[in-house]
Amino acid sequence: MFDALTQKFNDAFKKLTNKGVLTQSNIQASLKEVKMALLEADVNYRVVGAFLRSVQKRALGKEVMGSLSPAQQFIKIVSDELTQMMGGSNHGLLRSPSSPTVVMMVGLQGSGKTTTAAKLARMLKKDGKKVLLASADIYRPAAIEQLKVLAKDLEIDCFDSNPQMTAEGIAQLAKEQASRGLFDYLILDTAGRLQIDEELMNELGHIKGLIDLTEILFVADAMTGQEAVNVASSFHEKLGITGFILTKMDGDARGGAALSIRAITGQPVKFIGVGEKSDQLEPFYPDRIASRILGMGDLVGLIEKAQQHINLADAKKMEQKLRQNDFTLTDFREQLHQIKKMGNIGDLMKMIPGVGAKMPAGQEVDTGQLSRVEAIIDSMTLAERENPGTINGSRKLRVAKGSGTDVSDVNRLLKNFAQMKKMMKKFSSMGGKKSMRAMQGMMGGPGGFGPFGGA
Amino acid sequence: MFFNKKKREDKKRLAAEIRQSKDKATGLAQEFEAKRQELAQNQGPLSKELKGTQSTPTGLLAGLKKGLAKTRSIFSGSILALASGELVDNEFLEELEERLLSADLGVATSLKVIDHLKGQLKLGQIKTQAEAITSLKALVAGILDLGDPHLPLAQSGPTVYLFVGVNGVGKTTSIGKLAAQLKGQGKKVLVAAGDTFRAAAIEQLAHWCEKVGVDCLAKPQNSDPSAVLYEAAQKAQNEGYDVLLCDTSGRLHNKKNLMDELAKMERSLQKVLPEAPHAALLVLDANTGQNAIMQAKEFREVVALTGLVVTKLDGTAKGGVIIGIVNEFELPVYFIGVGERVEDLQPFVPHLFAESLLS
Ligand SMILES: Nc1nc2c(ncn2[C@@H]2O[C@H](COP(=O)(O)OP(=O)(O)OP(=O)(O)O)[C@@H](O)[C@H]2O)c(=O)[nH]1
Ligand SMILES: [Mg+2]
Repeated sequence: MFDALTQKFNDAFKKLTNKGVLTQSNIQASLKEVKMALLEADVNYRVVGAFLRSVQKRALGKEVMGSLSPAQQFIKIVSDELTQMMGGSNHGLLRSPSSPTVVMMVGLQGSGKTTTAAKLARMLKKDGKKVLLASADIYRPAAIEQLKVLAKDLEIDCFDSNPQMTAEGIAQLAKEQASRGLFDYLILDTAGRLQIDEELMNELGHIKGLIDLTEILFVADAMTGQEAVNVASSFHEKLGITGFILTKMDGDARGGAALSIRAITGQPVKFIGVGEKSDQLEPFYPDRIASRILGMGDLVGLIEKAQQHINLADAKKMEQKLRQNDFTLTDFREQLHQIKKMGNIGDLMKMIPGVGAKMPAGQEVDTGQLSRVEAIIDSMTLAERENPGTINGSRKLRVAKGSGTDVSDVNRLLKNFAQMKKMMKKFSSMGGKKSMRAMQGMMGGPGGFGPFGGA
Repeated sequence: MFFNKKKREDKKRLAAEIRQSKDKATGLAQEFEAKRQELAQNQGPLSKELKGTQSTPTGLLAGLKKGLAKTRSIFSGSILALASGELVDNEFLEELEERLLSADLGVATSLKVIDHLKGQLKLGQIKTQAEAITSLKALVAGILDLGDPHLPLAQSGPTVYLFVGVNGVGKTTSIGKLAAQLKGQGKKVLVAAGDTFRAAAIEQLAHWCEKVGVDCLAKPQNSDPSAVLYEAAQKAQNEGYDVLLCDTSGRLHNKKNLMDELAKMERSLQKVLPEAPHAALLVLDANTGQNAIMQAKEFREVVALTGLVVTKLDGTAKGGVIIGIVNEFELPVYFIGVGERVEDLQPFVPHLFAESLLS
């Protein structure tokens, strides 16, 4: 599904490559493809309409954009507008002038509030803050228990609520405990509720009236469809949300709901959830989600992640090799250690423009598999590692035997390596760290492999 | 591909629909009642017994009636109220398309539906806006109607139902609700706590079991979920349970390890009961957009899915994405979730769903 989407999107841009200037008529096809792409990404159709109008306006404006071709201009405008609509730079948690800062999590059932509350607490604790967690979910069976368990695992204090209390009572008592105990933050989890459930919406309103809330964070599932706008705007109208968190971004949903919610509430996305574990909460970067929604991958994210984990000198050396295109299986083996440190390969691959969309689901590579790959490479001779093309049938059999794997495993590794090399070659030609340069790469700079790669 | 399969059937159905759709408000109620009776008559033993619970005042029927009333009241402000004897024009089709998109049908399915209407328009089969709406709803209901949706039963020994889905869609809650219904029919029900991963998932399920008064088999947090299911299958067999409901951890369909784990869980059931699971139900949250298609596709790859449960239809989301899913994967919808209470699990009625789509 996503394959087709990316393809369509790329096609639209290709259609523009040969045209002289952007005109009302020659951008229509591209606009239409952008529209389709956004709708498939679950962006609300009304938001799509508004977005297209602003893109069109800018595209037809007399903006001078250096030496960019019309197609490049168009993709830059789309990407810029989307990034801008997603809310400029990233926003952290607000801090109240007097402690504790109270953060309340709200949202529909099953959106991930409890898990996210624990993740936020962990993040703040890691930052040296004293945090109190409290669950005001007196409705869902074992919801309070869930937060308590998470808090205990993280060695974070948790208010001792129970389902016999009222949500308002819990909020108030937890706040008192947080003040008395000189906590920096109180994070209040609440029950999931429908925006049309007046009684339960009032409950949140009461809590807001009772205690000073610095942040009211709307927790939204990245997979949410068109209703995201109505849900978010109701929560916002009734409570005045201060930001939202997008969960389950480790799935393969494009997360168009983010754009809808942002556009409709005007409030920023503050964090994204990228896994079930407590450390899988990340700051939000508008440019990254913009490219994800558009199916262009998260190049900046990839580069930063790589920088965080890979030894710089090693990386330089590798980059050199990549540039000269003499990256071998020996180097690959060396890099496996680094890659293991970077986390899930599938996640990384998804961040590469043009790859993300094409990644079949289930491409996740576990560390056990990485070890197997290491074993396979270890069973090759040095010459074979330098020149994998020489590994014929009988050699494959030997390598498989030596590493305790099947020939099919060896084949897969060789195939993947060839693919990876091809990809890395393109990746390296983009070189830079800055998003602008990455962007240029995407827009078909020399050797680029974005929508115009090879076009 | 989309319409060919059902084309002839659809045409017949449409002709009939158009003729008899003068008073839709009462027609809806009649249709619904007819459908309910039809369901009660035609369904397998399990559904027949489900009917038993319907007759209790607080049971399914009350819930259904409530659901219907709600559908109807939303309905009065719907596009149908606007649709009239006026002829179908482009503007109308555009508005219709927007409605479909905003009901999460997705671009492809929405376009197919609109194209279908355009085709009928050309052939003179429909003329007015009211006819177009009727035709559209019949089309949708036709797609969603895969025959009698009764949950399969074991020939002998315990019947096993496996619930799967991404995180937070409503698996555990749906199990709790279904357990209550089955118990109401006098079945001996065992529930297996196959979510050994999420914090307090076991407590949540145990709480439901206690509430509805059925047995629950659980092992400590972080136990191998396959082992839980294996033991549960043995217990169900040895102790003469009629039904075993298996909860599983929520998992995103693009996580290979977790999906493999699910396949393993299915196999471990089969070690004890070769025919199990008799139904593997993918639970979908009605709020989910186009990603639900991927979910169906991927879960279908690892377990032999037999159908869907669509939850949270008490909210404002329409869940239109299931139209494409049902059509493409031929997975019937067995139940819908319309709230958090025990009685908030209802049989799926294609016509009602089609009605509420455009509201
Ligand atoms: N409004 C409404 N809420 C529902 C419905 N079904 C489930 N929920 C709620 O959705 C939330 C998640 O439901 P669970 O049953 O815990 O979902 P799950 O799929 O088991 O979740 P995980 O095990 O965490 O993946 C809970 O708050 C439920 O009460 C429904 O039909 N309507
Ligand atoms: Mg559960």
